[in-house]
Amino acid sequence: MTKPILTLLLALVGSVAAAAGPGPKLLNAGTNISDTASLQRGAQLYFNYCASCHSLQYMRYSRMAEDLELTEDQVMKYLNFTGAKFGETITTNMPVGAGEATFGGEDWFGKAPPDLSLVARARNDGPNWIYTYLLSFYPDPSRPVGWNNTVFPNASMPHVMWDRQGVQVLVQQTDDAGQETTGFDLIREGSRSPEQYRQDARDVATFLEYVGEPAALQRERYGLWVLLYLLLFTGVAYLLKHEYWKDVH
Amino acid sequence: MGERTSTMTGVLGWLDQRMPVVDFWNKHVGQYYAPKNFNVWYYFGSLALLVLVNQIVTGIFLTMHYKPSAAEAFASVEYIMRDVEWGWLIRYMHSTGASFFFIVVYLHMFRALLYGSYQKPRELIWVLGVVILLLMMAEAFLGYVLPWGQMSFWGAQVIVSLFGAIPIIGPDLVIFIQGDYLPSDATINRFFALHVVALPIALLLLVVLHLGALHEVGSNNPDGIDIKKKKDASGKPLDGIPFHPYYTVKDLFGAGVFLSLFAFVIFFEPTFGDLFLEYDNFAPADPLVTPAQIKPVWYFTPYYAMLRAIPDKFFGVVVMGAAVLILFLVPWLDRSPVRSIRYRGPLTKIALAAFATAFVVLGYLGLQAGSETQTLVARVCTFIYFGFFVAMPLFTKIDSVKPVPERVTMHD
Repeated sequence: MTKPILTLLLALVGSVAAAAGPGPKLLNAGTNISDTASLQRGAQLYFNYCASCHSLQYMRYSRMAEDLELTEDQVMKYLNFTGAKFGETITTNMPVGAGEATFGGEDWFGKAPPDLSLVARARNDGPNWIYTYLLSFYPDPSRPVGWNNTVFPNASMPHVMWDRQGVQVLVQQTDDAGQETTGFDLIREGSRSPEQYRQDARDVATFLEYVGEPAALQRERYGLWVLLYLLLFTGVAYLLKHEYWKDVH
Repeated sequence: MGERTSTMTGVLGWLDQRMPVVDFWNKHVGQYYAPKNFNVWYYFGSLALLVLVNQIVTGIFLTMHYKPSAAEAFASVEYIMRDVEWGWLIRYMHSTGASFFFIVVYLHMFRALLYGSYQKPRELIWVLGVVILLLMMAEAFLGYVLPWGQMSFWGAQVIVSLFGAIPIIGPDLVIFIQGDYLPSDATINRFFALHVVALPIALLLLVVLHLGALHEVGSNNPDGIDIKKKKDASGKPLDGIPFHPYYTVKDLFGAGVFLSLFAFVIFFEPTFGDLFLEYDNFAPADPLVTPAQIKPVWYFTPYYAMLRAIPDKFFGVVVMGAAVLILFLVPWLDRSPVRSIRYRGPLTKIALAAFATAFVVLGYLGLQAGSETQTLVARVCTFIYFGFFVAMPLFTKIDSVKPVPERVTMHD
């Protein structure tokens, strides 16, 4: 309901925001954090593929359960693999040495895998960035982990979901306008079809967008009522003003 | 001392005999006669007061949970956003309030320029207002550093380093301000003290003085007419109406419209497309990683664009400072015999339009990366900005004027 107004408003500031940062062209993920099923699938994928390395240090299991409409049992059984308590925040089992090489993140990847609590907020167009990132892995023997990514080149992250997407290689293409671009060619199928994998990436992006700002669910829910009240208040105030000002000429 | 008898009875009477509450109310509200022809531009004064109250009240609640230390600040803000009941609302009201404060105050100041509200006898109101603007800028800058995100850190680094451009004492001054060689724990602590104690007290005092000076000489109006010249038999201005209830109910309506817009942003677009809350500031401060582009929040970008437009750092800082300080002189630069833009000639209208346009364009340019063309445009706009003030004694003097009516005009 508020989308059209919002779109209009954002169009005004859009030119400013769009010009904010250079970077790869991002695909439109079309995330929707009100889609609870998508959030649940995203959480499932996150905890199975991402959470062993990437913590969500500001997010609590209990809060996630509440917002994703999951029971404590479901969360503790299927999503919590670290033995943390229900009310605790989501950390990894990977010991993260601050600046020192430990038997953990730093040792394996040269740099500790970052916490992803705010990954969707700290980047320009975050959810679309995550979505595009998850779709842009390709094998690269020159990299220590054997994978590279067109969105975030030379990061030390392997393509953890390769079994789902399959393997795609980087190819040079010529688009309709005759421009040279890079594209991908799927050389080995994964357990999911390309369309299903895009849905996977979208679900993870949706989940991380939610994790970036859990309050977004609340503010959008309350927002309409607050606005309705304020419009009513403004209407009454207008009538009051009109009544008082009748004798002012 | 003779005893004053109050017209009031009961508790109010008891109070009134010991402190002139009734007089005070009458002087500033109940029998404060304001011109009856205020238009939409006159909402922004009361709205600025409303936002100030919003900032103070939400700020108090934020301080209950915020931790002013480099190690904990960022996490404590996320704690407020996630774990504190309604913390997200309080934080967004505060962050959105900061931007709305500047929107409202910039419009409030433009109103004064439109209707010559700084002219005699209101010079002091204007001067106090410019001091308020300066304090607000300092307050906003200090507050922006507190979440200790990337842009907090690098913004602080850039702004504080401007003091380093001052000859001789500059480098030592930077260390004195930061309490360290770079923005750090010591910086956060002192910025917190200034942001929540020192500057709010100064701001409140100045707002009281601003209103006190206003109520002494009375409000200007869109016609720029002195309503005290035409009074009825009982000594009340013919074109004046008591602030209460007339303007209290009118401002109540204005507050309703304002709060609706305010709530819309808070609930549906709190970052306002990277303008009110920048994405870079959702990454914790890291002295080892410089962001791709360091830019201030939108309300500082006009001045930031000027700074960048000047090739020399020290001169750039001087120009940026002068851009705000030159506002102090406006009451004495304007030589026009009339106040309101309604009765001024085309020269003033063109000059004011050019000035406002240059300010907005500079604000836009300050958000951009700064290409060669953009720098050139920024230089032209900086020239127009200062040209407006420098040429003001001339164009206001030679400009034609229309006859000013005896009584105010009503347009609705």
